[in-house]
Amino acid sequence: MDINTKKVKKNAFRISKERGLTASRVRVPGGKCNAKVLGIIKEIAETYGNGNVHLTTRQGFEIEGISLNDMDKVNEMLQPVIEELGINQTNPNTGYPASGTRNVSACIGNRVCPFGNYNTAEFAKRIENAIFPNDLHFKIALTGCANDCIKARMHDFGIIGMTMPQYDPSRCVTCGACVKGCDKLSVKALSKVNDKVVRNEEKCVGCGVCVTKCPTRAFTRSQQKYYRLTIMGRTGKRNPRLGEDFLVWVDEDTIIKVILNTYKFVEKYIDRSAPGGKEHVGYIIDRVGFTEFKKWALDGVELLPETIVNENVYWSGIHYR
Amino acid sequence: MGNLFKKEEAVLLLNKLSDVYDIYAPMVFKGEGCFSDTDSIRYGKITSFDDIVWDKKSDYSFKEVLLPISDTILYFTEKEMKVPDPSEKKRIIFLRSCDLHALKRLDEIYLTNGAEDFYYKRARENTKLILMGCKKSFDSCFCVSMGTNQADNYDAYIKMDKESVYLEPKDEELKTLLEGTESEEASFEIDYVTDNIEKVTIPETLPEGIQDFPLWEEYAGRCVGCGRCNFVCPTCTCFTMQDVFYQDNQKAGERRRVWSSCQVDGFTDMAGNISFRKDQGARMRFKVLHKVYDYKKRFGYHMCVGCGRCEDVCPEYISYLACIHKLGEIKDGGNADE
Repeated sequence: MDINTKKVKKNAFRISKERGLTASRVRVPGGKCNAKVLGIIKEIAETYGNGNVHLTTRQGFEIEGISLNDMDKVNEMLQPVIEELGINQTNPNTGYPASGTRNVSACIGNRVCPFGNYNTAEFAKRIENAIFPNDLHFKIALTGCANDCIKARMHDFGIIGMTMPQYDPSRCVTCGACVKGCDKLSVKALSKVNDKVVRNEEKCVGCGVCVTKCPTRAFTRSQQKYYRLTIMGRTGKRNPRLGEDFLVWVDEDTIIKVILNTYKFVEKYIDRSAPGGKEHVGYIIDRVGFTEFKKWALDGVELLPETIVNENVYWSGIHYR
Repeated sequence: MGNLFKKEEAVLLLNKLSDVYDIYAPMVFKGEGCFSDTDSIRYGKITSFDDIVWDKKSDYSFKEVLLPISDTILYFTEKEMKVPDPSEKKRIIFLRSCDLHALKRLDEIYLTNGAEDFYYKRARENTKLILMGCKKSFDSCFCVSMGTNQADNYDAYIKMDKESVYLEPKDEELKTLLEGTESEEASFEIDYVTDNIEKVTIPETLPEGIQDFPLWEEYAGRCVGCGRCNFVCPTCTCFTMQDVFYQDNQKAGERRRVWSSCQVDGFTDMAGNISFRKDQGARMRFKVLHKVYDYKKRFGYHMCVGCGRCEDVCPEYISYLACIHKLGEIKDGGNADE
């Protein structure tokens, strides 16, 4: 058997521990797919795999036990999945292109969840369209609110939905639901002053609890959707750490620009001699410095006046090396 | 007999009415719902007949137009005080039959139950009411059971389709205003609902000791006391008072009256740190029996008009209708929860 393992991996197949067998990795951007996709996954698993499908942490399917000889046939069967999921593909019937940038994953967001501040899957799709296919190692995740159920803070880019609470005192009955909700469920940014509610703008994390708790629509969401962009969280051997805030009260377009700019930054500074030519973006910033990263990231970006930029970012985490 | 306006003529009509009246109707407040990317349908000032929402029930009723949620009723400083000026324009409110019946309840409480309320009266007497017909019942409506599916205390009737607006005035002032407008004579029957999915039979009498029956207990664990059922109810009229001194000038301030809710903490607080109905079960009992029992004992008709808004809004899916059904079962000899 003569197989170019690098090509196999770039085509979203795994080199498995069992000789001759691979697994097909099916990315689902934003974790949202319809039941039709499931039917095809089932068919592939039963026709070419061993019948097992692993649900990956990054919201994909890994169809196990496929012979390396059957990759082309599997790719053909994957075509309707790729089309259904709107994956950027270079040539039809050739499966998933590239595997460096990982699936953009997302919590269920405001399609279902009452706390979600935006449609996470839609935004994930937008990012998918902007960055794929791509060999560089990036991890991006989107979460609907500050609860961060997707663990966006463990990603290179974590996108956390925010809303800027709009308060109409003429609709407020001083029931205290927002103040209590903010205290018990969030950051205690609200207080009662003269029988109306005052929001501490510096404390507020834009979670939207006040809006969902308000029984009279005194608190409503801003028409503009906002996000907190956290950067360079990671797992791994050397220095696992949570991402830190880079931009707060930032808009969707800006996030896409910053991510694209970061790809340029990585192209410029990546250590080509790293194993497999792969160097993780977080480690590149560790080497090059945050200030240089920021210069690249914000190049040509026009921020909203309300966006807060952290001028310096310091990460912590555990240092094993 | 009424006037049928083509859409472009209706624009001129609305402009003409707007010179004299602030015109309120149920409209969409985009993105202002409780959850992200949801809308709120409530009363606001319309600038076009197309703003009026017909295909959905308004989440909140018309009552906030006559009884503002938070209403400053006095300004005071040192030895003087001043009543806020009344609004400069008169009002028109577009509303459905159930809400017109609710208005009768508001009038009962604010105009004839003891002293006349100055603020309510001055708003009410400058208000024209235009009935919106209902071609079909919404899911949670039970107006037919409550006898509120038809109304006659309106000043005009409105019916709309894509091309035209039909207005049939009963009130002389509106009749005069419609004279000389570009419109055709027409006549339409009033749309009203004759059947709802939800039906209730409210027991005429309830057994002794109903307040201690176990059916109320489950609500103690289920209800979160948010008060939404009261705030959306077109017949709830309770308010509380707030006196505040302005932060940057402690010599001046204002007195407000603000909606209150029998479901929210603080409603029964009294001097001496006393409060009644501490658990939500007791509050649910108080509310339900007030809507369908106590009020009737005093005024001879039910307070509830069957609009079903409380049914639609409860975040804990507590059904007022289900509670009424349980009361019916008790009346029939069973004990709802045993």
